[in-house]
Amino acid sequence: MKNKLKILSPCGILGYGFPRESFVKGISQKPDAIVVDAGSTDAGPHKLGAGCAIVSRMAMYQDLQMFVEYGVKAGIPVVIGSAGGAGAAVHVQWTLNILNDVLKDAGVTARVAVVHADIPHEVVMGAVNEGRILSMGANIPALNRQIVDETGDIVAQMGHEPIVRALDTGADIIVAGRAYDPSSFAAVCIREGFDPGLAYHMGKVLECGALCAEPGTTKDCIMGTIYSDHFEVEALNPARRCTVTTVAAHTFYEKENPCVLHGPGFTLDLTGCRFEQVSDTAVAVYGSRYEKAETYNVKLEGARKVAYRTFVVAGIRDPLLIGRIEEVEELVKQSVRTQLHQLDPDSYQMNYYNYGIDGIMGDTEPDRTPGHEICVMFEALAQTQEIANTVCASMRSTLLHYGYEGRKSTAGNLAFPFAPSDVPFGPVYQFSVYHLMQIPDPVELFPVECVNMPR
Amino acid sequence: MKTLYDIAKVIRSKNAGPFSITLDVLFESEETYRKVKDSNLINRSLIAKLYKIPEESITELVYFDQAHGIKVTYDRKISSGTIGDRDVYGAQQHAPLMLLPVDDVICG
Repeated sequence: MKNKLKILSPCGILGYGFPRESFVKGISQKPDAIVVDAGSTDAGPHKLGAGCAIVSRMAMYQDLQMFVEYGVKAGIPVVIGSAGGAGAAVHVQWTLNILNDVLKDAGVTARVAVVHADIPHEVVMGAVNEGRILSMGANIPALNRQIVDETGDIVAQMGHEPIVRALDTGADIIVAGRAYDPSSFAAVCIREGFDPGLAYHMGKVLECGALCAEPGTTKDCIMGTIYSDHFEVEALNPARRCTVTTVAAHTFYEKENPCVLHGPGFTLDLTGCRFEQVSDTAVAVYGSRYEKAETYNVKLEGARKVAYRTFVVAGIRDPLLIGRIEEVEELVKQSVRTQLHQLDPDSYQMNYYNYGIDGIMGDTEPDRTPGHEICVMFEALAQTQEIANTVCASMRSTLLHYGYEGRKSTAGNLAFPFAPSDVPFGPVYQFSVYHLMQIPDPVELFPVECVNMPR
Repeated sequence: MKTLYDIAKVIRSKNAGPFSITLDVLFESEETYRKVKDSNLINRSLIAKLYKIPEESITELVYFDQAHGIKVTYDRKISSGTIGDRDVYGAQQHAPLMLLPVDDVICG
């Protein structure tokens, strides 16, 4: 067994980009692997529902090019988790297509292991019928046939086990579908015999790139080194440093509980964790404990389409209107319902977001004092784009000219920053599947397939 | 009058998955953290009041000594990125917490 293993984490999400200097410095320290997590549910259900990526093709190409140039050519394995953002087949294929172009353009051949994370609807329904679906929270409706049928692609967050199998093929590059964010990092360490508690904790710290440093960012590189009884993390950019506070704070990040982290097939107990400053820029972490769960549960994700949206962004500078904007907005809604008498008023929704009053917090805003100007964003939601466009256009023209009591600015109520003002947004999605599924085997639902590239 | 925003090193909110929001308050000094912890300033009934949610919607409220931090996690009324959501990443929901007055806590 190696006495230590180094992982270079280039950035928080593949395609976010990173400074060339930091990456090259990391490569010069001879890492055992380059690992990057490409996924997140942070941007909402749209990426999974619509099958699109979180970054542009050009940004993805640039990051992959660096991995091929400095990783693949030097024999350093590259592991990508949650490819394409949401990690369904369409996202994995999108990543592979770009990777193929990068390899072709660089004149490099590579063996690529692909790990799929799509869960067929009938497998999910089977689990529903056998009582193997567990709730993730009181505010998430239980799964049933209707919800599963209305949901598009369903993926599951894989643990380290399927990625270990992919590494065992000796591939140069691993492209994994949806994975628990730290899994790709943990897989590299666990395969070499390192402690799984330290491996997953290091993965948790590394998966956002340099966000665990100060100043923090997802767009810079970080190096993690695992030893038999601890791991160390260090920023590669001299402008950043890892401190006990930043690394401990990052362990907190995006997690419901700081002491207990739940992952596929385990819980990570951090109550006995110790953070130690080992140099100006590096922190050591001891005592993360891996506890195997009684049952192996994976998190399922899926989204369904709920409506189509059209929206408008407009500004208001007139103090009389700002003073009574909510009342006027309600009157506009009533007027639209009267104007569109052929539409069932229950078949569409009209919403306002008053930035400068309570646009962000809504009814929990503690300070509703309006600014001297406000931004009103309003939307229409309906079952077709055409109806949403129609309702939104009616809201816009009505609010623009609405003759509220005492009005002085009788030529128009809204300042539109753009022409056209109405933006057809397309479909709106909702996370309809966000549940745990108990599975008998950590690998069988995540098949590994090897391909030679470029094709 | 000093607020929690003044004495915290980090005060932030973020999704913990699409159905929950987690609030973190971290302090630079152990002394300040201890004072806030001992005062029990941040508790379930306060969070329920500030965020207009029932106490049952608060799934975690943990003081984490190693990081001089407090973490509160609560169920979203509307899940991330769907109709009616105002903050897809949940990254600006710390406002009600930051205005808390702390003069009694740091002097006491």
